[in-house]
Amino acid sequence: MNPPPLVAVAGNPNAGKSALFNALTGARQKVGNYPGVTVERKSGRLVLGDGRPVEMVDLPGSYSLDPASPDEAVTRDVLLGRQKGERQPDALVIVLDASNLDNHLRFALQLIELGLPTVVALNMVDLARRDGLELDPAVLERELGVPVIETVAVRKRGIAELQAALDDMLSAPRCGVHKHVKTDLFHLQRRAREIATAAVVSETPVRRWTHRLDAVLLHPVLGPIILAAIMFVMFQAVFAWSEAPKAWIEGGVAWLSNLVSGALPPGLLRSLIVDGAIAGVGAVITFLPQILVLFFFILLLEGTGYMVRAAFLMDRLMHGVGLSGRAFIPLLSSFACAVPGIMATRTIDDPKDRLTTILVAPLMTCSARLPVYTLIIAAFIPNTRLVWGVGLQGLVMFGLYITGIAGALLAALVLRRGVLKGSGGGFMMELPKYQWPPVKDVVIGILTRAQIFLKRAGTIILGTTIILWALASIPQAGPGKKQSEVSIAGHIATGIETVVSPIGFNHDIALALLPAMAAREVAVSAIATVYSIDSPGEQASATKLQDKLQHRWSLATALAFLAWFVFAPQCISTIAVTRRETNGWKWPLFMVTYLFVLAYLAAGATYWIAVAAGL
Amino acid sequence: MNAPFLPEALGLDRLALGTRARVASVDWAALDHGEACRLRHFGFDEGVTVEPLHLGPFGRDPIAVRVGRMTVAIRRKHASAISVTPLGR
Repeated sequence: MNPPPLVAVAGNPNAGKSALFNALTGARQKVGNYPGVTVERKSGRLVLGDGRPVEMVDLPGSYSLDPASPDEAVTRDVLLGRQKGERQPDALVIVLDASNLDNHLRFALQLIELGLPTVVALNMVDLARRDGLELDPAVLERELGVPVIETVAVRKRGIAELQAALDDMLSAPRCGVHKHVKTDLFHLQRRAREIATAAVVSETPVRRWTHRLDAVLLHPVLGPIILAAIMFVMFQAVFAWSEAPKAWIEGGVAWLSNLVSGALPPGLLRSLIVDGAIAGVGAVITFLPQILVLFFFILLLEGTGYMVRAAFLMDRLMHGVGLSGRAFIPLLSSFACAVPGIMATRTIDDPKDRLTTILVAPLMTCSARLPVYTLIIAAFIPNTRLVWGVGLQGLVMFGLYITGIAGALLAALVLRRGVLKGSGGGFMMELPKYQWPPVKDVVIGILTRAQIFLKRAGTIILGTTIILWALASIPQAGPGKKQSEVSIAGHIATGIETVVSPIGFNHDIALALLPAMAAREVAVSAIATVYSIDSPGEQASATKLQDKLQHRWSLATALAFLAWFVFAPQCISTIAVTRRETNGWKWPLFMVTYLFVLAYLAAGATYWIAVAAGL
Repeated sequence: MNAPFLPEALGLDRLALGTRARVASVDWAALDHGEACRLRHFGFDEGVTVEPLHLGPFGRDPIAVRVGRMTVAIRRKHASAISVTPLGR
């Protein structure tokens, strides 16, 4: 059977391409990667009026077929049929921003010259009208020689007409494709301006919304204050909004755990399912609400156009340590999780800028560190109030965040002076018009992230927790012996202990560090597993765990443990995504090494200073 | 950097906010390939009308410039490679 025809959606960044793609394909989307490169491939299915399926692919936004970034290179290669792992498209949908024709038409002219069956979506005509710009699609159609359809993708306007045009095109016989396209920008640009001018019916100068908003949001004083306020609200929400769903998930995990405990006889199998699988995966999926709330904000900030403004405001400061304003977005995302953060570095054009951002991203306090910080702080830092509204526990937490940020900035500075020396890449970004992203697009974005996270929890994390459980449970300790010392994991931990005992870590910590390589939060469940395997029959609850820690760890050890987790690259997913994003093992190995060295030094310094201070 | 035959031309980085100006020349040699490409893609070229709109809060860098119907952010360093002749407010 022939594969369904492939239709590519192409256009400039900020032309509303993704919204149009979502409107055409709905939620039936697949997100993957082009082989060998780090560019996301988004595809979906569209069913034509006569029931024929069509595969749609959303090409990375580009300004021209003369690529200035890896994303743009993929767009060019797919269109020319040179991209590995992709068929040549059978037809093309070009998305134009109606209010930015003189720029967007240049790329459109190049694309039309390819000779593929093409339809143009003149998108965001509503915003153009709002700005007083009236266009004549018939003029465009005549000048471009391809059908032009007015659309408002976010309102689903013009989508049916666009589908009908696709239907017509795909029914017509196909001709070949020109492999050589003019890249004479000057000529194309002049022609684009001519056509754009001809297509304008009327233009009433109005004070544009975007300009009014920018006057406030990019104000030299108000701008940074508003940005700080938005960040504050965002992080408050990450914790506040996720509290209830987190409790539901915890309740569900406990219920399931009890159910299985009741149904199975005591023994290895029950221990495997309850202590291994349910406890391990359960501990991790409680972070799902936090991650989703954070992504909600990031998608919202990105969709409204504010994210680029944040980059604009922060560029000078980021530039000071050798990064660009564009790094602000990935680094901010890394507060949720370094994995999407590192994936978001794809928007950084300069390879050295990008690599530096990737290497420091794991220093941002990701949500997986929170359970570790929360547990240790609750167990060792007294809950005293310093001044109104500021408690000692909160202050320590804040200090850990600040240490991470300072560490990242310092590391970036050093990297840019050393291994990644070179002139800073530029900061050149389009400031798109403000608009409300459609609810559907935000929902699709959040669902995609949830799916990726749950897949990770279901595979890597489930696998490692089961392996850890096996290592910790086999061989079984005889009476009077401690399981955590007899088991295989115990022996490995004894080896690690010799390395980490100078920085104040005991055998239990050494044992927890091993599985925490899978993900930092596993440290908590690992410690819980160790103590619950050691003392079966006792329910491992959070308060009990705190008591046990207070008895077994000194304050100096606890502080050193916190310092360790600020720096240590204990996350297989981060290492894996770094390997994928840098196309090799060199940089992930470099990252792991420098972060472990930093972690060791920081934990050691903390321990010895604390011991010297008599803690 | 200013074109000698246009004595009133100045770098885009020195143009006052809200002043419309015409691009007199772009010193493409002062930019690396990628940067030059980007600027061209944004529509910077001789004869185009530009207007600086906003400055970054720290060190008055970067600069948000209106070019054609787009607003783009570029660093001061790159703006200085673009010579403009003011058109008046």
